[in-house]
This record gives sequence, C-alpha cells and structure tokens, in this order.
Amino acid sequence: MSNPTPVPTTESIQAGGNVNPPSNKFTDRLSHVLADLGKNGIFIALIAVVVLFAILTDGILLRPQNISNLVVQNGYILVLAIGMVMVIIAGHIDLSVGSVAAFVGACSGVFAVQWGLPWWLSVILSLGIGALVGVWQGFWIAFVGIPAFIVTLAGMLIFRGLALVVLGNANIGSFPAEYRALGNGFLTDLFGEFEIDPLTLGVGALAIIILIVQQVRTRRGRQKYGQDVEPMAWFVIKLVLISAAIGFFAYSLASYKGIPITLIILAVLILVYGVVMNRTVFGRHIYAIGGNRHAAELSGIKTRRVDFWLFVNMGTLAALAGLIFTARLNLAGPKAGDGFELEAISAAFIGGAAVQGGVGTIGGAIIGGLIIGVLNNGMSIIGLGIEWQQVVKGLVLLLAVAFDVYNRRRSGGR
Amino acid sequence: MTTNILEMRGITKTFPGVKALSNVTIEVERGEVHAICGENGAGKSTLMKVLSGVYPHGTYDGDIVFENETVEFKDLTDSEAKGIVIIHQELALSPYLSIAENIFLNNELKGRGGLIDWNKTNFEASKLLARVGLRENPTTKIMDIGVGKQQLVEIAKALSKEVKLLILDEPTAALNDEDSDHLLDLILHLKGQGITSIIISHKLNEIKKVADSVTVIRDGKTIETIAKQEVTEDRIIKDMVGRDLEHRYPDHTPNLGDELLRVEDWTAHHPQDANRVVVDNVNLNVRAGEIVGIAGLMGAGRTEFAMSLFGQSYGSRISGKVFLRGKEIKTRTVSEAIAHGIAYATEDRKTFGLNLIEDIKRNISMASLKKLEKFGLVHDNEEYKIATEFKQSMNIKAPNVLVKTGKLSGGNQQKVVLSKWIYSDPDVLILDEPTRGIDVGAKYEIYTIINRLAAQGKGIIVISSELPELLGICDRVYALSEGRITGELPIAEATPESMLKLMTMEKPR
Repeated sequence: MSNPTPVPTTESIQAGGNVNPPSNKFTDRLSHVLADLGKNGIFIALIAVVVLFAILTDGILLRPQNISNLVVQNGYILVLAIGMVMVIIAGHIDLSVGSVAAFVGACSGVFAVQWGLPWWLSVILSLGIGALVGVWQGFWIAFVGIPAFIVTLAGMLIFRGLALVVLGNANIGSFPAEYRALGNGFLTDLFGEFEIDPLTLGVGALAIIILIVQQVRTRRGRQKYGQDVEPMAWFVIKLVLISAAIGFFAYSLASYKGIPITLIILAVLILVYGVVMNRTVFGRHIYAIGGNRHAAELSGIKTRRVDFWLFVNMGTLAALAGLIFTARLNLAGPKAGDGFELEAISAAFIGGAAVQGGVGTIGGAIIGGLIIGVLNNGMSIIGLGIEWQQVVKGLVLLLAVAFDVYNRRRSGGR
Repeated sequence: MTTNILEMRGITKTFPGVKALSNVTIEVERGEVHAICGENGAGKSTLMKVLSGVYPHGTYDGDIVFENETVEFKDLTDSEAKGIVIIHQELALSPYLSIAENIFLNNELKGRGGLIDWNKTNFEASKLLARVGLRENPTTKIMDIGVGKQQLVEIAKALSKEVKLLILDEPTAALNDEDSDHLLDLILHLKGQGITSIIISHKLNEIKKVADSVTVIRDGKTIETIAKQEVTEDRIIKDMVGRDLEHRYPDHTPNLGDELLRVEDWTAHHPQDANRVVVDNVNLNVRAGEIVGIAGLMGAGRTEFAMSLFGQSYGSRISGKVFLRGKEIKTRTVSEAIAHGIAYATEDRKTFGLNLIEDIKRNISMASLKKLEKFGLVHDNEEYKIATEFKQSMNIKAPNVLVKTGKLSGGNQQKVVLSKWIYSDPDVLILDEPTRGIDVGAKYEIYTIINRLAAQGKGIIVISSELPELLGICDRVYALSEGRITGELPIAEATPESMLKLMTMEKPR
C-alpha cells in the first residue's frame, strides 16, 4: 500500500474554529460570568424568592427567629432531599421516605419512651431499622429488578401500615430532653446567655475562612494542572457575596438562640455527601449509571451493587429525618411524615436534578429544599391559605422542571 | 408511457458532513421483483427512506416518479396512501396485541357508531393470513409467534393497505432457512398477483432466486442495474466491493509476538430463546501485536460473540474457554474481563459506549476510576491531566476535556471511547465497528490509532461489516456466518471475493 496523507475533513475545519475563537478579553470574561450564572440559576432563584418574600412580608421573613425556623422547620426535608437526589441521579425514585420516617419515628418512641432505653441507643437502633428498610427495598430493586417506583410505592403502604401497628393506634410522646434536642436544641449556654451568641459568630467566621481557603486551594490546584479558571475579579466577587450571606445567616442565628442542632447534623451531611458524590468512586458510579446504565455496565461498574447501597443509604437518611421530626414534635404519631416524599422529590427536581437521571447535585437539592422552605414560610407569614400554597408550590415545581427540559433541548442533549 | 412503476432520478441526500446518496437513479418495472444490493452503509436504507417519505420531500434533491406521476411525500402516511409500503428490518409490531389488531393498527375497521367491528376485523385478518400462507388464529398475540411468522404478518398488514409496491429491507436477516424460503416463495406468489417488490438484501443466493433485476449501490452511488439473465454472484460482488483500496489505510508492518488470547469452543444462546444457538463453537486466537479481523454479514453473530466473551454481557447458556497468555481465565462479569485485560468498544457508541451527558474527562475515566483513587477520593486534577493528555495524543477535537461527549462528532466520540479503553490498560482490545458513522478523515485517524496499539504489543480484534476496511488494516481475518467461523485467512490470501464466499457459507444440512 502506498503512503497516503490523511484527508482534511469538515470536522477538523470546524474544530479549528472552536479552538481559536476570536479572543477578546472582556467578552471572554463576560461569557464566563454568564455561563457561571446560567449554571447557578438555582442560586439566583433562591435569592429571587427570598427578596420577593422579604418585600411582601415587610422584612419579617429575614428576622432572626424566622431565619432560624427556616432551618429547623425544614431540616428533615433537607435530610431527605440529600438521599433523594442521589436516588434520582441514578435514575430511580423513592416514594416511601415519608412512611419510613413515620415508621422509624414510631420505633424510636417505643425504644426511648416505652422501653426507656438511653437516647443514644434509641437513635442507633432507629437508624439501624432505617438501614434494614433500605436493605429490603434495595433487594427488590437491585437484585430482583422491580422498578423503584413500584417497590417504594409498596413500601409507602407497608411502612405506613407498620408505623400504625407499632404505635398501636396511639401517640407516643414526651421524649427525653437529649432526644428532643435533635429537632429543637441549640448549641448555646456554653458561654452563658448573651444578647448575641459569640459561639455562633465564631463558627460563622470559621466557616467563611474555611470556605475561602478551600476555594483558593482548588483554584490553585486547577491552575497548576493548566485548567481554565474563572476570572480573578469574578472569583473574588463570588467569594465576597457568599461570605456575606454566611455572615448574615450566622448573625441572624446568633441574635436568636444560636446554632440549631439540626443545622449541625445537616452541615455534616452536606459536607460528607458532597464529597461522596464529587470525589469518590461510588459517587462517580452513581452519575455514570444515571447517565447511561448500559455504558456503565459495559465499563465494569457493578450497577446492581450501587443501586442496592443507594437505597440502604436512603433508608438510613429517612430514619434520621424521622428522628428529627419526632424530636421536634416531641411526639411519634400516625400522621408523621405525610407528604415528605413529595417535598423531598420536589426539592431535588427544583434543585436541577434531571428526570432521566445522570444530573443533579447535593447542593442543588439543598437549595431546592430551601426554596420550598422560604415559599412555605413566606406564604404563611403573608397569610396565604393552605390551598393556594399548594397551588403555588405545584407551579414552582412544574416550572423548574420545564426550565430544565427546555435548557437541555436547547443545548442539544438527549 | 413506460412500463416502469417507479423511477427515482438523481436522488442526492446529504447529512451534516456526510453525503449518503449522490445522484442515485433507479428504475423499477411494474410487476417485477427488484433487488437492491450493496454493502452496509452503501446507502440502501437511506434510499428507501427517501422513497417512503421518512425523509420528506425537500430534504433531498432529485425526483421520484411513481405510476407516471411525480410524487412529493411528506411522511410515511403519504407514501402508504399511494400504495408504497416498507417493511423494515426491525419489525414494527406491537407484541402484546393480536395478529388482527396489528394488521389493522391505525387502519381500524369501524362498524356502526365508529366503534371497532371486531368480527369483521378478525374475519378480514384471516383472509389476509390465508393470502400470505400463515395458518394462525388472528386473535393470537404477536409475542406468541416466531419471527418468521411475524414477518408474514407484516406482509399481511401491507396487503391490507392495497399495496402496489412492497419494499422489504433485509427481510430474511433474522429468519431461519425454512422461513426464508417460505418468504421468498410468497414474494414470487405476490408477484403473480401483480404486486411489485423491492427487496434489499446481500444474500446473493436469494437474490438470484427471486430477483428479475438487481441494482447495485456503492458509496451512495448507483453502479449498475443488471438484468436477471446476466446476474452472477461474481459480478455483484465485484460491483459491491470494487473500490480503490489504496490511500485509505495507513501502512502497517506487523511485529507479532506470542499468543495473547485464545478462545476455544465458545458457544452462546439467545438470551430469550435459550434453544437458539447464536454463537456456535467459535475458536480463535490473537497474538501480541496482531490485528485480527472478524468479518460477517448482519446477523452472523459478531457482536453477540464479542459481548458474550466480554463479561457475558449478551446471551444465555454460554460455554467455552478463554486463555490469556496460555492461562485459562474466567470472564463472567465485565469487571472480571477488564481486570484480566480485555476491553470491548461497542458498535453502538451512543447507546452502550458513552455517557453523553457527561464530559470527555469523566467518560475516559469511567472504566478505571480505581486508578485515580487516592485515600478514598478521586484525584480530579489528575483526571483532568490524563484526559487532556488523551485529548492530545488521540487528537480529540474539542476546546477542552470539559465538553460533553454528546456534542462531539462521531469520530471524536469514538476517540473518547478508545481513550477510555486504552486508559484501562488492556492486553486485548475488541473493537466492534470502530469506524461506523465516521467520515473518511477520522477513519484514517482511527486506523492509525489501531496500528499504534498493535505496535505497542496489544492484541486487537476488529469486527467490521466493511470488508475493505478489514482487508486494509488486519493481519489475519476470520469469516463468521450463522454464528460459526467458516474460515480463517492470512491477509495475503484474503480477497473480497474469497471472504464474501466464506461469509455467506451456509450451515451444512
């Protein structure tokens, strides 16, 4: 065969255009900022909702007590949203979390109140029960191959029923104080009573410092490996804005009762699961499975095993949500967890998770949950009837997903 | 006035970057069986999609004259209204509906009040079934009858629409011989009733049996139309493959080492129909530095063989032995196969190969994340660096490795798939249709990459339906037909003609 020369193709010509766009520093930076804003649309949506209701409520929304309530009242939804977004990224759904939360709440009532076990043992046992629920559902989904929708729909009935069985048609109440702290407690009184809690302010400052150090390190690391980074000015502006938000949040908490225990639990979960989803092999496999299950299987990813552990994880988080809710009400009742699954699923989708799977973030789900929380809180303050609150929340969910679908179509994805 | 029922004149159809058809002309006489022949990718199916309105008028150039009238179809319904019915390779039947329901789907027989008249439906269906020689109750569900009978139901469905021109796209590809014979007889029988047929096929013996004339298409161009008297296998083969083999493949001097992979008595059955043998006692081997081709027509079991070998991703009741460097290995799961140094790049990049909503970097690392793990965390900057290195060495054309693979061209997607597997550091790479849907320049690059891998001492198995490609890049080729290896030729002895003979060799019975 003779020595040929490769034929230039339309492909290489097009690509040549891509590699060297007409470079203009200002438009370059602007496009970077715009792309960033596009990616963080959910963040902007949260700010918009907060501003809207701050105005509508004459600033009541942003009062320290309200800010604190926002976290405490939505804590269990946010815990569920973390597990839910992982399940959704893998292309599944979990309808049972509300019932599981009720069931585990009921069990914890039996442990802590009726049997009088120490609060910590009750918590551990309850989380274990949640994990077992996950094992049960994960088994049917991952190893028998029944769609998660069906398995968890059945679970919704099964565990709601079991919750009633455990409760024996009665409420279980008056939990020990340490247990109640999970939902109601604050990290105060360590330094005695202050007008503004110094511990909270300290933690807030520390959070800001850690955030800045971590962001700068990530940026340096990327630069070292020759990756594109955002313009310095934009990087600084973003850091200042986020720091200001954290500062305001910390100040608000400090002026009320300090740091809620629920917030500590949430912060730990967000950090841990954020790392799991972004930086661990398990997390990467979840995204790979959701993006293209066949391709993931043919790349050697053990898809069933991942599915199974996802549901074990979801069961455990549902149990934790059940504990926080029960602790907050100081009561394990039959109606507990009613509709939690819908709020958690909404949070994940509003937060940018894709219905087809493969897309979504823990941070997005948390912000989605906060948007729902602000809506709930704000609409209650302005005295909007519960019926209209439902309508508004439904429309928000629909619009969020419609926006996602529209975006995807425009960018030529699947 | 001519006796032609159909004339397609100067049909040209371009897709972004690819000219699928260029100035194709074909004339079909009324009442004949006209065969269209050509290699995979020659443009046969595209031509039929133009004819049937799947590609509507305006998306192609040229004229279609049907029954002496220029037609401009907007969609399938339009062409069916004129009596042109196409039966695709993948049958379009609903498995859970009955035969009768399928026949009259979207053409339901309505009685009084606009309700479906089931008695009439079943009665008419049984008349149609008699015409195609299918003895089944019209209320039987489609899922309960075999593929051969399903094919007949498709034809009955076509007859219910008063078909004048019946187009069959590779009708016997999935059928056994008995069913094939019956189907071919039926086509001749319908011809007796005045129905013109176009049959797309590359099975030369059946073309000789039924066709009155044969049009050969190659690279989107009409080569010639041969009348029945002049049809010979040699002439068709020459028309099909007779292209310039020069300048398309990079030079390759094999530097062969020891045997890397040996497969013995590999047999796999159909995943649903566990009695149907799909891969039949395959024996083959690959040496270090060797590029081995597997040639086979559609349905020969090429992909099925590769996937059953790669972690039993296909099939049931799989048996046989695999040896790597003389030592027997098990490849029961994909991760096991990968751990033993086997990689398989699928023929269908979009469905099985890539996560299209993820970026280049994460696709490349997908099969080897463990390598990037440090203290339980994925080292993402390292991942970026490695992906960027692959982007350069494989010449993946994208601004950076954060681009989603769904936005890349076919050639660049394939380079990402290859990068993924090269990064998994395999000894043996099985490449299934590595250049399908890729333009000429990118093909050349893929061949260069394959050569480079062989030069590094890896064993390469290339599966392809393009014979010239195999003959251009391989050191040795196996021919596969009906799941069996029907021959093995060193490249010096392999010619398109000798290979096609082996590839169409039928099971002795």
